[in-house]
Amino acid sequence: MKSIFRYLGINVLNLFVFLGKMFLFLTEIFYCLLIPPFRFKNLLRQIRFFGNKSMIVVVFTGAFSGMVLALQGFYALNKFGAEALLGPVVALSLIRELGPVLCALMVTGRAGSAITAEIGIMKITEQLDALTVMAVNPMKYVVVPNILAGVITFPLLTAIFDVIGIYGGYLVSVHALGLSEGTYFAQMELYVDMEDIRIGLYKALSFGLLVSWICTFMGYNAGYGARGVSKATTNAVVLSSVVILLWDYMLGAFLL
Amino acid sequence: MKRENLEIAVGIFVFIGIIALGYLSFKLGKVNLFSTGAYTLYAEFDKVGGIKKGSIVEIAGVPVGSVEKIEINEKYHAVVSIKIDSSIKIPEDSIASVRTKGLIGEKYIQITPGGSEQFLSKGDKIRETESSIDIEEVLSKYVFGKI
Amino acid sequence: MIEIKNLYKSFGKQEVLRGVNLVIQEGQVTAIIGRSGGGKSVLLKHIVGLLKPDRGSIFIKGEDITKLKGNKLDQIRSQIGVVFQGGALFDSMTVYENVAFPLREKTKLDKNVIHEAVLKSLHDVGLDGMEYKYPAELSGGMRKRVALARALIGKPKIILFDEPTTGLDPILVRSIHKLIKNTQKQYGFTGLIISHEIPEIFEISDTVALLHEGTIIEVGTPQEIQESDNIIVKKFIKGIEQGGNNETGKS
Repeated sequence: MKSIFRYLGINVLNLFVFLGKMFLFLTEIFYCLLIPPFRFKNLLRQIRFFGNKSMIVVVFTGAFSGMVLALQGFYALNKFGAEALLGPVVALSLIRELGPVLCALMVTGRAGSAITAEIGIMKITEQLDALTVMAVNPMKYVVVPNILAGVITFPLLTAIFDVIGIYGGYLVSVHALGLSEGTYFAQMELYVDMEDIRIGLYKALSFGLLVSWICTFMGYNAGYGARGVSKATTNAVVLSSVVILLWDYMLGAFLL
Repeated sequence: MKRENLEIAVGIFVFIGIIALGYLSFKLGKVNLFSTGAYTLYAEFDKVGGIKKGSIVEIAGVPVGSVEKIEINEKYHAVVSIKIDSSIKIPEDSIASVRTKGLIGEKYIQITPGGSEQFLSKGDKIRETESSIDIEEVLSKYVFGKI
Repeated sequence: MIEIKNLYKSFGKQEVLRGVNLVIQEGQVTAIIGRSGGGKSVLLKHIVGLLKPDRGSIFIKGEDITKLKGNKLDQIRSQIGVVFQGGALFDSMTVYENVAFPLREKTKLDKNVIHEAVLKSLHDVGLDGMEYKYPAELSGGMRKRVALARALIGKPKIILFDEPTTGLDPILVRSIHKLIKNTQKQYGFTGLIISHEIPEIFEISDTVALLHEGTIIEVGTPQEIQESDNIIVKKFIKGIEQGGNNETGKS
């Protein structure tokens, strides 16, 4: 009995320590954002890493999400003769939900895990210490560019995802299911509001911050050796994915 | 040379991203930079079931504006604020009516222009209105032989 | 030059440093020897301010660096070069960029001046013509040379070596030691080497200190250490020479 309490107590305590560390890490990031020098070149490099190199993944997943949405949406709408609304169904699902979420999940898997591993390896091979010793703040040099790149690239990638998805849906509904092109786009324009796009954008922005925050934090606090880094990478991907879905629901509930 | 490649690559990515964002907001989000503006008219209905903020306003099947706000006045009638594109002029004896697209489709407001030479201007009220037709009511009237 | 006074540090329940006292003379090479897990690397990290002690102080040129923060600490650090255990080279950069890094980041020198300095520094460690290789393409010994070149380029007054020869074969150990000695003569820095290369380390150091269970138990010239009557020192030196099983704890 006593040992159960002890076990629980230690775990709760560890959770608090973890949360506290995460938030201190974030405040340090904000502090570093305010004070020059700014690492513009590193930022560009990270934007390329997050953005350019994720584009193929985003285009593929976007296209197929749109196509499958059109297919399934058609099946459901057909049951009560409202196929005309297929365009809005595809566009709204993509813009409000699937675009930001799927895009964030894909980029976490592709780029988030990589930055955790990279920073983790920099830590265990003392490269971060080497930076500190050379009077270069590793937070500014390594972490902040990743955070900024996340916040900049996620909305852009999500927008690309949405547009590709909408055209993927167009391909299926017009060329495979025989909907008229006019119906697909006109209905979509009618029902999609700036509000929807804004919600999608807020989601993408916050996912960008969350994912880059979690992934850099995990790398920065990786344990020793190859096991430490692999554990940190797994944790980063799992935690990011869970937080993305949780936050998506919470934000959706707030903004609705 | 290496530096330039990096900048070009990032530039291309950001450009594509902004194009996509622009497509979404201008084409679908209806942000109109070149908007000629709009003016607001009011219309009082007994009943506006199904009309929401953002519902379409049509003349002869062409969208000319949208519903901005729905309020209730002291007579318990619905007062609908309608935003009309400023290039469209509405004669003062026009009729606004709540209509339905299809049997279970979306509600919209149709304006049937009158023949007057006088046009409504900003803040005016469309006097003639027709409220939404309640299918239940119609059916019950039919059943009880009032029609 | 460097004076360590009564330094204590523990991680959790494990006491790593228990009152270290040591004076490192200017212009000399001092070696700290001791078992793995004895806290040598921890001590070194305190000297550059990577770790903060629980108690005690470290004076570098009269300034207590354990109390310094931010810019002032960075100013002291700019006079210290560190050669890390694995080299700690940035693997996304070429050898040239690695060596040029401190100058590019911390000075406003002209490109050509930096170029000259990098080539000279690489020449001094015997790595001509390797500028455009990446760290992953180099052997262990070469990486340590690059790390030394990077530490030398800022012309620091002090260079700390964290086990500069681990993982190298005996021939390379000697050549790295020779390199340290030669560059020390050429640049005149104060050197602190953490090592367990016994007896090779005696050839290049002016002073040797033995760190045992968190304290310095003996300081002296290599000669004095080798002839010491202290039983722990004797055992340690002999034990290593006989290839004894001295390994305890984590490094």
